[in-house]
Amino acid sequence: MSQPPMSQAAATPITSQTPASVGAAACATGLTKVYGEGETRVVALDSVCVEFGRGRFTAIMGPSGSGKSTLMHCMAGLDTISGGSARIGDTELARLNDRQLTRLRRDKIGFIFQAFNLLPTLNALENITLPMDIAGRKADQEWLDLVVHTVGLSERLRHRPSQLSGGQQQRVAVARALASRPEIIFADEPTGNLDSRAGAEVLGFLRESVRELGQTVVMVTHDPVAASYADRVVFLADGRLIDELAAPTPESVLDRMRHFETEGRTS
Amino acid sequence: MLRTALRNVLAHKARLIMTALAVLLGVAFVSGTLVFGDTTASAFRNAATQSLKDVAVSVQTSDQAEMSDDGPVTSDGSPDTVLDTALANKIRALPGVTSVRPTVNGEATLAGKDGRPLNADDNTWQKLATNYLPGKDGKDSHYPLKEGRGPANGGELALDAKTAKKAGYRIGDTVRFATDGPALTKKLVGIVATDDPRVTAGGTLTLFDTTTAQKLFLTPGHFHQIAVAAEPGTDEHALTAQVQALLPADGAHAISGADLAAQQSRQIAEDTTRLTKTLLVFAGIALFVGVFIIANTFTMLIAQRSREIALMRAVGASRRQVVRSVLAEAALVGLAASAAGFALGLGIATALHPLLNVGGAELPDGPLVISSTAVLASLVVGVVVTVLAAWLPSRKAAKIAPVAVLSSAGLAPPTRSLVVRNVLGTLLTGLGLLIVLYVSTLKTSMESNLLIAMLGSALTLCGMIVLAPLLSRPLITVAGKVTTRFFGVSGKLAKDNALRNPRRTAATASSLMIGLTLITGLTVGGYSTQQAMDEAATQGLAADYKVTNSSARGLDTTAADKIAKLPGVAAAAPVASTTFDTQGVFASMTGTDPKAFGKAVDLNFQAGSLRDVGPGKIAVSDAFAQQAGLHVGDTIHPDMGTSQGTTPQGKANKKTLTVVGVYAKTFAAYDALGTVADVLPATATGTGTLDNILVKAEPGKAAGLEPKIRQTLGSSPLLKVQNHEQIIEAGSGSITLVLNMMYGLLAMAVIIAVLGIINTLAMSVFERTREIGMLRAIGLDRSGIKQMVRLESVVISLFGAVLGIGTGILLAWAGGSLLTSAMPMYETALPWDKLGLCLALALLIGVLAAIWPARRAARLNMLQAIQAD
Repeated sequence: MSQPPMSQAAATPITSQTPASVGAAACATGLTKVYGEGETRVVALDSVCVEFGRGRFTAIMGPSGSGKSTLMHCMAGLDTISGGSARIGDTELARLNDRQLTRLRRDKIGFIFQAFNLLPTLNALENITLPMDIAGRKADQEWLDLVVHTVGLSERLRHRPSQLSGGQQQRVAVARALASRPEIIFADEPTGNLDSRAGAEVLGFLRESVRELGQTVVMVTHDPVAASYADRVVFLADGRLIDELAAPTPESVLDRMRHFETEGRTS
Repeated sequence: MLRTALRNVLAHKARLIMTALAVLLGVAFVSGTLVFGDTTASAFRNAATQSLKDVAVSVQTSDQAEMSDDGPVTSDGSPDTVLDTALANKIRALPGVTSVRPTVNGEATLAGKDGRPLNADDNTWQKLATNYLPGKDGKDSHYPLKEGRGPANGGELALDAKTAKKAGYRIGDTVRFATDGPALTKKLVGIVATDDPRVTAGGTLTLFDTTTAQKLFLTPGHFHQIAVAAEPGTDEHALTAQVQALLPADGAHAISGADLAAQQSRQIAEDTTRLTKTLLVFAGIALFVGVFIIANTFTMLIAQRSREIALMRAVGASRRQVVRSVLAEAALVGLAASAAGFALGLGIATALHPLLNVGGAELPDGPLVISSTAVLASLVVGVVVTVLAAWLPSRKAAKIAPVAVLSSAGLAPPTRSLVVRNVLGTLLTGLGLLIVLYVSTLKTSMESNLLIAMLGSALTLCGMIVLAPLLSRPLITVAGKVTTRFFGVSGKLAKDNALRNPRRTAATASSLMIGLTLITGLTVGGYSTQQAMDEAATQGLAADYKVTNSSARGLDTTAADKIAKLPGVAAAAPVASTTFDTQGVFASMTGTDPKAFGKAVDLNFQAGSLRDVGPGKIAVSDAFAQQAGLHVGDTIHPDMGTSQGTTPQGKANKKTLTVVGVYAKTFAAYDALGTVADVLPATATGTGTLDNILVKAEPGKAAGLEPKIRQTLGSSPLLKVQNHEQIIEAGSGSITLVLNMMYGLLAMAVIIAVLGIINTLAMSVFERTREIGMLRAIGLDRSGIKQMVRLESVVISLFGAVLGIGTGILLAWAGGSLLTSAMPMYETALPWDKLGLCLALALLIGVLAAIWPARRAARLNMLQAIQAD
């Protein structure tokens, strides 16, 4: 598998305080998330600043409890933030109420979850067009055909989720996320429940959607191989952004993670 | 295992709440009924004992003893009794006897102070009239005076306080009344109190002095009954034997006070049992509806818990132990709910008493009687119903393989084929329908036919319940088209969710269907009957008033002429009727004045005309003409006044009648129409009097004619003058009352069905937590989620309603044919407004039942929901 060339993104300083540049699809500035109060107070995100470039495939990595999922949930408008700012495009999420957030997720964001992405009562095509049906919009047929073709589901559109394999189900989820042309797609461990072959397929589609369809994808993962499909990897530990890596390979990611662990042990 | 069961109950408290409520309400109904029954029976028993506490021996005329509760004998030709003053004196002389109370019993129909009849429509036994029997102090201790004094001569009477108040009479007023014949008047001299149950239950009491009472109801010097009081400590049975020895061999007998009280108690117990049984039938229906909720809950609980159960199996629990643990859980829920239900039942029993009294039932007061049978029966019923309902789900639990512990959560349980169920359902429904169709060809409501109809209905209903999952697909798909059309994606998801588990949807809808089947059946049957009765009472009736006598005596033949002479009256047609028998064809004939009758009734002649009808010349209905093969010009020689095969009074009454006309059958004219003279000697009233008089007013003069008619005929309180609305009301008014009572009793079944819908929805929402989280994440807002749950609820309710209303109509149609012999006008008629109301009710139930589950679904924490296990 050929690795992408070194990208300029590697030059971006990791603690950049600059406001969202035109090239950012989403951006966090001093993003803080605190759970609980008093004794049980847990700081899940501690003043995180990060940009997710438009048309780029970014992976968020980190050990369990590092806050990588929380970061994704906050950026995607699934969870409220405690401080700082989180933006999708020019929209400041903290200013939106529940209804506006719902609308933002519906119109601007695509989701792929680890499992249980699909409604069992709907067939594949209905699942793919669900966000547009909710919005009461008509799907762009040409685009839909392209997406369906890209993920290789043309033959299985009338199947129900229970009649599809796990990999096929995730491909439907990918197609759903792509179908409404969101500004950004968030994927939470999308290959967590798949075997390596099906996982590779799904990751391949995600990368293709970025390269060929110009989509923006942010993926949370703990798997170095999955992360190596991204253009850029950001590393989180204890709620802070600690490092990032451009043009990752499984080896370079693994190497970087080992490095953190030893650092953690020695410090 | 019991510990596991208990833990499970406690762990799933919230999810078992609706189930427990369903059992609770059902048991409350049962225990309320039982306790109410016991309490009422005991109160009546106490009242009976109380009223007989001074009676050591009661001497009764024999025919009265036979019909002990039918009240006084109708004075047909001044009946004589063997009980006379001499006998009373002889009894008084017996050792130990302290006093005797000879009484005369009759009935008196009263007019109010305004001259209108007060109690003409009441039962005979409630128009109590008897003699005031002053003791040494000049007062009757039996009827303590509240005002004035006891009646002392033929011109005076006394009334009970309630009646006097209702009628508006005060001491000194002239009271108009009738016993059997013409109106009489007497002066009100006393107002008394009484605890006679017939009077407290809404009847009236009129008291005369003994001589007057004897003149009115018997022959002077005779009595209907002699009550004997004895010194304390007297052997009642010995005294009874002594009294019996004084009586003539025939016509009277003595009974001890204790035996009489026992006899009355038995009678009362039977009455109460009948009421209790009826209520228990409805309680049974409510419990039956509850069965579906219990079964649904346990099925869902077991599906949700399949991993736990698999783990238990994996660590060594046997299938039997799994079944037992589920059943033990059900028993615990049943027991707790039944106990709470019993407590609620006590409340119901307490509340029923004043509630029924407000409705005019006038039940005696008494302490709440809680028998151990009632307690035990309620608890056993609750537990057994719950355990039985959980039995099938427990079998499913046992089938969970230990390996299921390894399967991933959220995996839909394999859907079992519905083939067996559908075959069974088709067979049941088919058999039920065959029986129901057979019933629809029957014409009489004999008991055997009724039983067949009930069997067919029960089979059809059960078959429909079994078939409901199969029917859910087409029906809900249709409903889904509507919801999708109007509510977009929420509507579509709602439909898909409702179709997802046909068994669950069907069980939920069935619980509503049962109640609605019965409600619809009753509504259609009641409405059709009402229509038929209205039709029968007024078909072709052009008359403005119908005059009848509330006593069986009928009206005097001269009455019609008197009314006809009133200004404003266009025609007064006398109507007498008789039965006749011609060559084995049995029919009824109306005797009237053809000319007046033509004005009061719209007759449609197909041959001949009404003018031709005269002495010896009759017209017949087309139906009868066909049946008996008669044509205009034929002569018949019928036996008049026969009842099917027999001749009354043993004498044949042959007539020779010529058929001069044929008219379209109408209820007002029966099978044949002749003159009064042809019919008279053998009228239905048995005494040569008229059944009724139909009065047609001159155009625009109908209003205000009633008091004039009343006055012309002597203003007897027995006289009934009804206009069109009153005729209809008199016929079918009672149906409305019965229907409303039934609706009230069936309301419990509907309430339990609502609990079932809430339960199913809440558990479905719980099961679909992750889906709902996902839907929220990809952009369905809270109101969309609410809408989805609400629409699912509405779709399920409407599904149940359509099945219920459909089945109800079918059963009402088939059952209706049983009434055709008793009610020739009966035809199934659909009260569209009421059926629409049922459907609207189902819609409302759907919306209401969804409130709580929908709110829960909308409030789910999205992140937790997505990550939920």
